[in-house]
Amino acid sequence: MSVQTTTQPQAAAPTATGGTAALELHNVTKEFPGEPPVRALDDVSLRIDHGELVAVVGPSGSGKSTLLNVMGTLDRPTHGIVSVDGIDTAERSDNEVAGIRARKIGFVFQQFFLLPGMSAIDNVSNGLLYQGVPPRERAARSIEALERVGLGHRLQHPPNHLSGGERQRVAVARALVHSPAFVLADEPTGNLDSKSTGAVMKLIHDLHSDGTTIVVITHDTAIAESLPRQVAVLDGALASDSARRDREVVAT
Amino acid sequence: MTTTAAESTASKLRFGDVFRVGASGPRARKMRTALSALGVSIGIAALVGVLGLSESSKSALLDEISSLGTNLLTVEAGGGFGAGDSALPDTALATISRIPTVTAASAVWEVDADVYRNEFIPEGETGSVRVVAADVELVETLNGELALGQFLDESTSAYPNAVVGSIAAERLGIRNLDQPSYVLIGDDYVEVIGILEEFPLAADLDRAVLIGKDAAIDVYDAGDNPAVVYTRVVDGAIDSTRDVLPTAADPENPEEVTVSRPSDALEAQAAADDALTTLFLGLGAVALLVGGIGVANVMVIAVIERRGEIGLRRSLGATRAHIRRQFLTEAVILSVLGGIGGVIVGVSATYVYATSQGWRVIIPQEAALGGFFGAIAIGAIAGLYPAMRAAKLAPTEALRS
Repeated sequence: MSVQTTTQPQAAAPTATGGTAALELHNVTKEFPGEPPVRALDDVSLRIDHGELVAVVGPSGSGKSTLLNVMGTLDRPTHGIVSVDGIDTAERSDNEVAGIRARKIGFVFQQFFLLPGMSAIDNVSNGLLYQGVPPRERAARSIEALERVGLGHRLQHPPNHLSGGERQRVAVARALVHSPAFVLADEPTGNLDSKSTGAVMKLIHDLHSDGTTIVVITHDTAIAESLPRQVAVLDGALASDSARRDREVVAT
Repeated sequence: MTTTAAESTASKLRFGDVFRVGASGPRARKMRTALSALGVSIGIAALVGVLGLSESSKSALLDEISSLGTNLLTVEAGGGFGAGDSALPDTALATISRIPTVTAASAVWEVDADVYRNEFIPEGETGSVRVVAADVELVETLNGELALGQFLDESTSAYPNAVVGSIAAERLGIRNLDQPSYVLIGDDYVEVIGILEEFPLAADLDRAVLIGKDAAIDVYDAGDNPAVVYTRVVDGAIDSTRDVLPTAADPENPEEVTVSRPSDALEAQAAADDALTTLFLGLGAVALLVGGIGVANVMVIAVIERRGEIGLRRSLGATRAHIRRQFLTEAVILSVLGGIGGVIVGVSATYVYATSQGWRVIIPQEAALGGFFGAIAIGAIAGLYPAMRAAKLAPTEALRS
């Protein structure tokens, strides 16, 4: 895969900003075995800096989910390099990559994935579980995170006593509690009504204002357009990136 | 540099959290936890109960044997070639008593008379109750006791007076001695002066009516040749005494003398109980196996049902090993809960039944501890395959729903 890492014009653009990126993809290709092999991602390069709020938008089947998995280190690319907060994951073992997820990445899923029968605090503190944080500290930081998402009054509630919007806020708190390099939110409003959608999007904007790096994966162009930067995916390749357009505009 | 970075990023699950995470599944699904633990607890309860009850009953039997004494030897005529109508010589009791290692000896003699409740009972319907003559030390030699009244003594044995064995008393309809009671021996009514307790070491006497030896000779023309001589022997010299008894009893025909040790029969009974216990233990083991399969079943279902949770935990940084440990711990927790429940049920069942039987309650430690650790082992084995499956699941696959 080192063959693929030769400098290309696309990769040169992000490095111009300097410093360590929250997430960087270099010529990432992902193929799934088959006859012929399915190429779900085709030579994708993308840099997301700390403090950014980015929408990754594309229709279903565009390779969005594969991109999410690769960005979240849940799946390894066939070729190319994925660096999280400056750490090249290709050189790391599976267990080390799991540690990178535990410390550097927060996930928010469409289906919330809250564990039943567990209080909001316990669900959030699972975000610190695999870093080896002691239980007492986990609880304290979880309360902080829940207060940050506006659920300070729902600490002991199990998921089935919470509304859909509240559940997703618990999930956001869990993604934030370990102060990750970036949060990956996969269709975070996909299971919510319009009112809760508004509340969760406002929360995402607020967190962004506080400096949290967030990547929202969505098929909803209206949501994507409400975010500062949009990256469009089509047929496994980046179709457009509003940041690059802006830079080009500045350059001219 | 690479190594230090690797160390700083490695995923880590604290030891205490392994249990917390393993318990979270069973805690969130209480009904299912209870039912799958029940399967294991039935098996463990059966094992603990069987071991506890068999030990308690065996100890009761051994207590009985030791209270009766294992040093009783009975000497009878019979055995050897053509021994059909042989009898011990009339000197047998005296010669046996002279053996230094014999501490006590008593004899009974056959009496050729039938016993009936009264004269209206048709002849021959004796209810297999026999009449024998006994010497006055018989009860003492046998460590026996009287239920009511008194045994024959020097004065009462000279005249027709009867002491009845426990079963004989029942068959002759003698329940108490509040009023003078009589039985018909031969042609005469004889007063009953005592009722015996059971003789576990000489069960023949339970079905006998005992009269004094002098009265037997005077009234019923009994012979002088004892039928059985009961001997108490010094504890350390049982085998050696056993070897000399035939010669002492009948120096001319020692081969026609049979010596037996009645406590052997009780010990054989204890051994037979052991065989039965083994059978029940086998049944308990099968129940435990079924319980273990139940746990494995529940765990396989849990892994299929909780793909989302597995995916989530992987996204939160859990390694495959963490996932494997979680489900393994969960299986062990299920079966340990069952094990604790089973030990409690098994011990209480033993306690209740043994107490109701008047036995000493004995719970073998190996049963209680073995039940507990057996449950851990069952859980670990039952959880192995489901845990491996959970760990093998790729995070992307687990998150797809």
